[in-house]
Amino acid sequence: MPVRREESMGNRKYRRGDSPPQVAGNGLIDRRALLGRGALIAGAIGTGVTTSLNGAAAEPLPVDPWSMEIGTAIPPYGQPATYEKYVVRTLTNPKNEPRTSQARTPHQFLNGTITPNGLHFVVSRTGFPDIDPDKHRLVIHGLVKQPMVFTLDALARYPMVSRIYFVECGGNSAPLYNKDPVQANVQAIHGLVSCSEWTGVRLSTLLEETGIDPKAKWLLAEGADGPSMNRSIPMTKALDDAMIALYQNGERIAPSNGYPMRMLVPGYEGNMNVKWLHRIKLIEEPVEAINETMQYTYRVAGPKIWQFFFPMEVKSFITHPSPGLTLKEPGLYEIAGLAYSGNGRILKVMVSADGGESWGEAALDEPISSKALTRFRMPWRWDGQPVVLQSRAWDEAGNWQPTRDEMFAVRGAPKVNVPVTAFPMGHMNVITSWGIDNKGEVKHVYA
Amino acid sequence: MFMRKSLIAVVPLALTLGAMMAKAADRPGLGKPVTEADLTLWDISIGPNGVGLPPGSGTPAQGAVVFAEKCEICHGKEGKGGASAALAGPERNIANYVPYATTVFDFTRRAMPWQQPKSLTNDEVYAVTAYILALNKIIGDNDVMNAETLPKVKMPNRDGFVSLYPDKH
Repeated sequence: MPVRREESMGNRKYRRGDSPPQVAGNGLIDRRALLGRGALIAGAIGTGVTTSLNGAAAEPLPVDPWSMEIGTAIPPYGQPATYEKYVVRTLTNPKNEPRTSQARTPHQFLNGTITPNGLHFVVSRTGFPDIDPDKHRLVIHGLVKQPMVFTLDALARYPMVSRIYFVECGGNSAPLYNKDPVQANVQAIHGLVSCSEWTGVRLSTLLEETGIDPKAKWLLAEGADGPSMNRSIPMTKALDDAMIALYQNGERIAPSNGYPMRMLVPGYEGNMNVKWLHRIKLIEEPVEAINETMQYTYRVAGPKIWQFFFPMEVKSFITHPSPGLTLKEPGLYEIAGLAYSGNGRILKVMVSADGGESWGEAALDEPISSKALTRFRMPWRWDGQPVVLQSRAWDEAGNWQPTRDEMFAVRGAPKVNVPVTAFPMGHMNVITSWGIDNKGEVKHVYA
Repeated sequence: MFMRKSLIAVVPLALTLGAMMAKAADRPGLGKPVTEADLTLWDISIGPNGVGLPPGSGTPAQGAVVFAEKCEICHGKEGKGGASAALAGPERNIANYVPYATTVFDFTRRAMPWQQPKSLTNDEVYAVTAYILALNKIIGDNDVMNAETLPKVKMPNRDGFVSLYPDKH
């Protein structure tokens, strides 16, 4: 690679080897430094970290034992490295006792935007059913011209689409609605969102075949699980981008995520993406299912209970660093995190290292897909002093992620503290703050 | 001239036919027609107006017996809460979070009891529904719930809900 004397940084210029320009307080560095990563970052850290190998090396580097033996036989289905055993979901109900189970995604140990199938979050009323795919059927009936039943074999012959979408529980990030900042990690606070490439048949394709009675304004989607979990979905969404998903990240959908098929209503709250889908009934009015009355409704502003919250609103949070990922020494780091919106693409993410006093724009990894997780990154030099990291996202539909004060002006501020697994509020998308002390320890704070 | 004229006449027809055939060919047509009669065991959904409610009936007293045997273990004595949700608790309860009484019947029938969903008879579901409604003081202790009476129960917070995104449905 030819050595350039100067790196152009938009309207700024600086010499190679100089510190990249700071764009906001407490060491946030211009995101465009990431573009010329090789030269600029190396230049930036050259004086500090790279000396240890050269300086301490009295002995040559040894040859490691795994370089002097044969490896392990390749298994039919691969598993993560044995050293990665700690990268697992946290479970609220591991013995499947008579209550709901949640399994949360360990975002602090993942990077990129796609969630491995075994780590996708789960909310389930009774574990997962053992469905024989050869006997499973999908029925579409109600206000249609011709009720029909589809087998999995039949659906496999329909035209399919692959799309990357996040799915987020309506109760994700609920721990942010506590009087005091709950001391928990990103998995406990934000672990009920995941993102996959889903492949399946558009619902509109199947509805073309059954025909639609013009009186149909909603549909009921119902699962084949024990409790026959059900939810009402507007026809406008069904005919827009709803999908009968059959594959998750290239393989059949994971059993706890809806095998052999699930409803996918991109961007809408998780429980509307009915798992183990076996029945769709077109109807005039919503059925007022338990999950749209007793659950996933909120008494917030005014006397009325908010019902039918559909899209998950624009949100972002920092995964690196985050609680549990202690910074070992001052120096250059990458702040990384996730941003997404149920209303479209992420437009921009701003990052602050001084608790919101000043902000710099983060780099967004391409492609930026609609209703999908987007990875943002921001170079940062930590000087060893206490800082507060925050991220804030904007979407293409014109929405922005609210501050705590902005949201609580509408919904009222939390007055009590509840357990971290409780759901004191839905659709919490306020800014998350991580406080880092002078030892590099990261804690959840309000700022 | 003849050739040209006939081409003009033929091409649009061929395009139209082609488009029609392409459209038919785009649809695999592998859905197997069924009738609503085929789906009587599957179609357990009940509308807020009571459409879909089965025959049968039950009273709060009958429901109390079923509740003590099959529901109390999770929902607590008199539905005050236990391992699972309170049904007559102080805040998020049936009285203020359920706008239509049919929801109580529907969910009980499809999902309860936790260990054996869909194991209750319709009479038992009506009885448990009546018991829960009576616990919440929504119906009287001697009221009978059936397909006719249940949809007429006026839930106290019927008008207390607002759709957050009315433009989306």
